[in-house]
Amino acid sequence: MIETIQSFFRELAQTHPKWNFIFFYEPSQWARVVSGLAVTIELSVACVALSLIIGIVGAWAQGARSPFLRWLTQGYIQLFRNTPPMIQLLFFYFALGQFTPAIIGADGWTEEPVISNIGWAIVSLSFFAGAFNVEIFRAGIEAIPQTTKEACEALGMNRLQTYAYVVLPLALRVSLPALNNNLVNLVKTTTQAIAIAVPELLYQMVSIWNDYASAQNAAMTVLFATYILLVGALAFAMNRWERALYIPGFGGGR
Amino acid sequence: MSDNSPWKAGQPIVSIKNVRKSYGSIEVLKGISLDIMKGDVVCIIGPSGSGKSTLIRCINALADIQDGSITVEGQEVHDPKLDKLALRRKVGMVFQQYNLFPHKTALQNVMMAPVKVLGQPKQEVEARARSLLKKVRLEGKENAYPGELSGGQQQRVAIARSLAMQPDVMLFDEVTAALDPETVKEVLVTIKELAADGMTCILVTHEMGFAREVADHIYFTDLGVIVEHGPPSTFFDNAQDPRTKAFLGQIL
Ligand SMILES: Nc1ncnc2c1ncn2[C@@H]1O[C@H](COP(=O)(O)OP(=O)(O)O)[C@@H](O)[C@H]1O
Ligand SMILES: [Mg+2]
Repeated sequence: MIETIQSFFRELAQTHPKWNFIFFYEPSQWARVVSGLAVTIELSVACVALSLIIGIVGAWAQGARSPFLRWLTQGYIQLFRNTPPMIQLLFFYFALGQFTPAIIGADGWTEEPVISNIGWAIVSLSFFAGAFNVEIFRAGIEAIPQTTKEACEALGMNRLQTYAYVVLPLALRVSLPALNNNLVNLVKTTTQAIAIAVPELLYQMVSIWNDYASAQNAAMTVLFATYILLVGALAFAMNRWERALYIPGFGGGR
Repeated sequence: MSDNSPWKAGQPIVSIKNVRKSYGSIEVLKGISLDIMKGDVVCIIGPSGSGKSTLIRCINALADIQDGSITVEGQEVHDPKLDKLALRRKVGMVFQQYNLFPHKTALQNVMMAPVKVLGQPKQEVEARARSLLKKVRLEGKENAYPGELSGGQQQRVAIARSLAMQPDVMLFDEVTAALDPETVKEVLVTIKELAADGMTCILVTHEMGFAREVADHIYFTDLGVIVEHGPPSTFFDNAQDPRTKAFLGQIL
């Protein structure tokens, strides 16, 4: 099976020199694609999770009593929403990276920073998407009518109980469509980690076509296809989640 | 109810004395006093904006007051040291807009506070919730979400939800004002039954026929004061104040 595929693409590369899918018949190049894909998935999953946490904490901080906390959150949102994620990546890696300590590697003489470039990409992209998540969650929380919270209060619930049992479950449902969009965007934005040499899928594909110019069209085709599948999988999961949380007569749902 | 309260049967269960309340510079309640005895049904009527909702919200500390006092079973409601949960166990409230939890079924709506707030055993609460839903004639709707119920049905769930906390006093703020005329009756019947069972009820309402039928006492408020009050017979047939007469003339 694998051999049939390999020989098909090897022949294709000979008959159509501009369509050299080298990674489909050259195991060493295939390994680069797979490792790139693995890093992209790792980056996406970590950033989605971390940006969600940032969104929740930020939305809470925006409603906090302390003016300093509210001011800090607002500043954070403005900074990260209004600057390009590429510049944020470069800033985190090159500017902040200088100040983090380095540790001696396993071989006893190389120095490795505690936070690798993948680490910085995760931090930077999570803060980028997290700024939008804060606003998305806040809009969801604000959509819950004051009278609903009052009903909780009249039933003896305290603020924490009101949020845990009523406001947040409802706010999540309000937020999901916007959250869906932002997370899709985040997965696409992980490609910008190429700027700090994170070996994700785009980085690997570009390296392959730098080594084999004839593989350029093929690499780009595979990139498009892979991202359609990746983002499609995320959108599918989000839609399933939306449907699982659907409640009759609430929100704009089906 | 509670042993350590100074309240004794025979004293008013809710006592409101000279209550003043302002929003900013606007005084909404200008010295309101009224006493409610256990088992009484009291109706508060009056034009829109006269402070009826504000008064009722002050009774369970959803709004604070600037002057005067409100006691429930002898306990000062606006004491900063008040145990709010203890107050809210005693005083149930039903709102004009039902305010059910849309992501919970009727049964879950009724069960939530006793389980999550009071920590009562789930099975016990469930049995109580089912019998309350039956009492408000919603047997068979236990698993329906609020969005699947009519306004009248939602309002009856809201009444059951409030009763699940086993309050001693129930507050109703224009609970039929948002309902279709056909469904108003089913909610009023529920309240009437509750009153007949001896529940102390304070109702803000525009349903004059209902007020005349169930109320022990009617209070007419206008511009933050009680203009006139009395038992339904004298109040409706023998109103003295011109403001009361004008209001009744309009509405009847
Ligand atoms: N939260 C609030 N903030 C400011 N003004 C309020 C608030 N609630 C009520 N008011 C004002 O208080 C007055 C009495 O309102 P309300 O108690 O709702 O009257 P009613 O229930 O009799 O119609 C109105 O003039 C209203 O505008
Ligand atoms: Mg009102």
